[in-house]
Amino acid sequence: MRDFSYTRASSTEDARKAALEAGAMILAGGTTLLDLAKCGVAEPDQLIDISHIRGLDGIAVDDRAATIGALAKMSAVADHPEILSAFPAVSQSLSLAASQQLRNMATIGGNLLQRTRCPYFRDPSTFPACNKREPGSGCSAIGGVTRNHAVLGTSEYCIATYPGDLAVALVAFDAEVNLGTRTVSVEDFFLAPGDTPEKETVIAPGEMIMGISIPVSPAARHSTYLKVRDRQSYEFAAASAAVGLEFETDGKTVRGVRVALGGVATRPWRARAVEQALVGKVLTEEAIASAAALAMEGAVAHGANRYKIELAPRVIARALQTVGGLA
Amino acid sequence: MTIMEPRKHGSAADGMVGGRMSRFEGELKITGSATYALEYPMEDAAHAVLVQSTIAAGRIVSVDTSKALAMPGVLAVLTPEDDLGLRACGDWMGSAAKDEPYYPLPKVVQFNGQSIAAVIAESREQASEAAKLVTFTYEETPSVTSFHDPNAGEGKLMPNLVVNWGDAEAALAAAAVRIEATYETPREYHVAMEPHGLVAKWDGDELTIWEPSQWSHGMARMYAEWFSVPYENVRIVSPFIGGGFGSKGQPLAYGAVAVAAAKRLGRPVKLAVTRPQNFTSYGGRAATRQTISLGATKDGILQSIVHRGMSETSIYMDYPEQTGAATPVLYKVENFSSEHRVVPVNTVTPGALRGPGKNPSSYGIECAMEELAYALGMDPLELRLKNYADHDYQSGKPWSTRQLREALTEGAKAFGWDRRSHEPRSMRDGNQLVGWGIGCGTFPVIRAPSEAMIRVLADGTVEVVSGSIDMGQGTYTILAQTAAEAMGVPVSQVVVRLGDSRLPGSAIAGGSMLAGSITGAVHKAAIAARDEIVGLALNTPNSPFAGSGANTLVVADGEISTTLADGPKVTIAEMMKALGREHLEIRRNTLSDDAQEAAEQRRAWTTMARVMGPTMGEFSMHSWCAHFAEVRVDEAFGTVRVSRMVSAFDCGRLYNPKLVESQWRGGIIMGIGQALLEEGLVDPRNGRTINNNVGDYLVPTNSDIPDLQVISVGVPDLNASALGGKGVGEVGIVGVAPSIANAVFHATGKRVRDLPITLEKLI
Repeated sequence: MRDFSYTRASSTEDARKAALEAGAMILAGGTTLLDLAKCGVAEPDQLIDISHIRGLDGIAVDDRAATIGALAKMSAVADHPEILSAFPAVSQSLSLAASQQLRNMATIGGNLLQRTRCPYFRDPSTFPACNKREPGSGCSAIGGVTRNHAVLGTSEYCIATYPGDLAVALVAFDAEVNLGTRTVSVEDFFLAPGDTPEKETVIAPGEMIMGISIPVSPAARHSTYLKVRDRQSYEFAAASAAVGLEFETDGKTVRGVRVALGGVATRPWRARAVEQALVGKVLTEEAIASAAALAMEGAVAHGANRYKIELAPRVIARALQTVGGLA
Repeated sequence: MTIMEPRKHGSAADGMVGGRMSRFEGELKITGSATYALEYPMEDAAHAVLVQSTIAAGRIVSVDTSKALAMPGVLAVLTPEDDLGLRACGDWMGSAAKDEPYYPLPKVVQFNGQSIAAVIAESREQASEAAKLVTFTYEETPSVTSFHDPNAGEGKLMPNLVVNWGDAEAALAAAAVRIEATYETPREYHVAMEPHGLVAKWDGDELTIWEPSQWSHGMARMYAEWFSVPYENVRIVSPFIGGGFGSKGQPLAYGAVAVAAAKRLGRPVKLAVTRPQNFTSYGGRAATRQTISLGATKDGILQSIVHRGMSETSIYMDYPEQTGAATPVLYKVENFSSEHRVVPVNTVTPGALRGPGKNPSSYGIECAMEELAYALGMDPLELRLKNYADHDYQSGKPWSTRQLREALTEGAKAFGWDRRSHEPRSMRDGNQLVGWGIGCGTFPVIRAPSEAMIRVLADGTVEVVSGSIDMGQGTYTILAQTAAEAMGVPVSQVVVRLGDSRLPGSAIAGGSMLAGSITGAVHKAAIAARDEIVGLALNTPNSPFAGSGANTLVVADGEISTTLADGPKVTIAEMMKALGREHLEIRRNTLSDDAQEAAEQRRAWTTMARVMGPTMGEFSMHSWCAHFAEVRVDEAFGTVRVSRMVSAFDCGRLYNPKLVESQWRGGIIMGIGQALLEEGLVDPRNGRTINNNVGDYLVPTNSDIPDLQVISVGVPDLNASALGGKGVGEVGIVGVAPSIANAVFHATGKRVRDLPITLEKLI
């Protein structure tokens, strides 16, 4: 048996301090950590349970921003009436993720930190080579079965897809994550693998996700999250898009637009080239199509995941058509 | 052994055969009070955890167990270097066992994920952690990880699967219209909700095994042979099974390991096969490939079918997934040729998975028929009816019953097939392309003998006692209904005990043969029990009917009476009291007279020696079905959604339509998974099944399943079984995948010939 200690943190200060110790990991909803422990990827010596800390599960929306505590449950955020009206894409990204049972357990902080479903990452006994698990050991996915691997943001060290949905919507709408001592944008929070795929976020020792905030904006209010996959529920995205639109007063010229992609990149992927191509343009199917194609600049296929390069622009296009009233 | 307490559902008529009763054990299951094998409380149990190979092929040079043995709580590590003392067991057919040892932990690795060691510890957690520390030194050898591997070759021809009549090649060459196409199905898995595992306990040389089993008697025999103990010494207990779908019909290597460990340690051993290990501890459906050529006249009369199929097998056993199983029986054709090959690759030996053979076979021929229909410009329904087989062209025998025409026409009516527009891509709903397709299915009637005991207790309870099993298909319920009807008692008075190899013998719950077989035995025993009570009532001096002058009595609704209006009327309990009997026991079987000796009976319950195929006798006997599928395809994304299905079945008489409809729907749901989602992904570099978990091996969720309308068009078939039913469990899945593939073609104009139809194949 692998022994580990379990302590219940009474405050965030406690938790952050305890988490500094070697082998310590923070436990919240447990839906990712227990899963990773079972397949031999996570081997904590200490679990710091933060789920009993009071006041970390709030959801508040004012005229400036939504503020969501790290311990708010996915289902609670998804169903929150003001999140639904001010940030439909955020609500949908949560509702379309995982299963109802998982959404009832999993927290927002933990959701951001969920780790890849790369099967090579998750099978250490058979595939010892994984740069994400063991820096410098190699990448077993390259040359293997790659249908679900990333085409954007990859490196020769890692092609694992960032699996989450929520973070895609957050990146689209310039959300920030509160790490206790500092606040960073969600986009900057996640790191591309580069030559250090083991480092997935900028979170530093002694830091902990305290919550997120999402600025209110016309584009966020006028947004959608489209997730495409073979199975209609409980499957990660083959490709997904969070988009939001703001029109000029003429109701057809794009004043502001947000586009982010999921299921195709190593981290939540803001598609700024698509956005820039649309701002100031009249939203038409043609304009959307030519803009959406820009999202795949620099995409690299590894065999069976080539379809994602075709698929992702179509997902962006449909999402924009839907929000823009063209679909 | 478990006693099921039935509850009364609806009217008394529901309790008779044909009534729509809910499952007796349903409440136990949904409230969590049904005890599955691994939940069985066991004092002093040690826990075994399997260690599996991580290479596809090679020799194990050495095993280092020192680190594992040093871990707290670890009791033993079994490796290929341990001689567990097992002997080979005889096969399903009852052939004598080879006189050779059996090594459940082999020295030579034949596939990735093969069990090659086991760690036994005081707790499962201790064993799991120690299992990670067992290390192997391999001498790797070249491997072939799938039949797509260029080194896989063309495999071996299976001579007993060569079927020829007429001159198929010549007739094909002469045909005015020809199509030829190759269809593939990937490795598919059972993914039963309850993973495999067992608890094994020795008392001296007596062995009790709690293990989910589709065949308690057969498994008891094989364990007995492995461990060289008499059959009587082994008891398999399996009252509840969380789904089997063909995977739980025989003991497997992990079972041998757990039982050997229990013997060595002198204490009970519990072994749970993890979900990933379930993907390689026994075989799923083999990957298949088949090429079908059809020749027809211009007006659509089939002239020839040429079929060449192959399936993967392991490098140590030839198991054919018979791609030609349905091909010869679906249509009228005078010239036919079929061959099947097996291609050995480094995989666990494939096994039976719902609709074995018939399922991929029907996928091939039913896609090919629609391809022919489009080549002819003919409605696929019309083409099928035009080539309707009036008899079995393979055996030359008449059908016992074949309501496939009714399945096609009734199904078409319910579906609204006449509103179909023939051209592909001609039906739309917004940005969704809509398509309709048909797939016919069949499964043979396999007959087997069974035995059953009826015990009438002093309080009037009627016990049905059988070693057969219920894996969710409804055995408990239909046997209560059968006994209630035959005995003349309300079903609430019947108790059913199943799932124990010490109880009377039965057919395997496989090949859709159990229900037809065991209802026959229960019916026979219950009639005999009723006759016995009537005889005793007439002839026992203390009976209220003694001297009544009656020469027969009526048993109805739990009461015994004369045919006279003013005669005595007593309950069965009152009669038992009058007779001074604590219980009355009647045992009957459906074996032929020449098989009544004890040894022959044993052979019948523990092997397939007395099983009869569909054409043994005057008739050719099969269940039939026709599925009508509607799909919506989002062409931009390639996503396929099944939006509607109508399926019409001929399974003869239905013993309980509610449970039958559930089984049909279950089969259809599995078929939707097969068509659109399910595929074992194998890394070609090392043969690892990389999606060996239910997060990554996708089976349908509720959201993937539309309303499924099922229709029965069957008529009782008394040649098929004593009560007139034909098999229902397997046939439900057969024909679903082609109906969906055909609908996808109709929607998109794209013919996807390899399952599953995932989105990248359509964008």
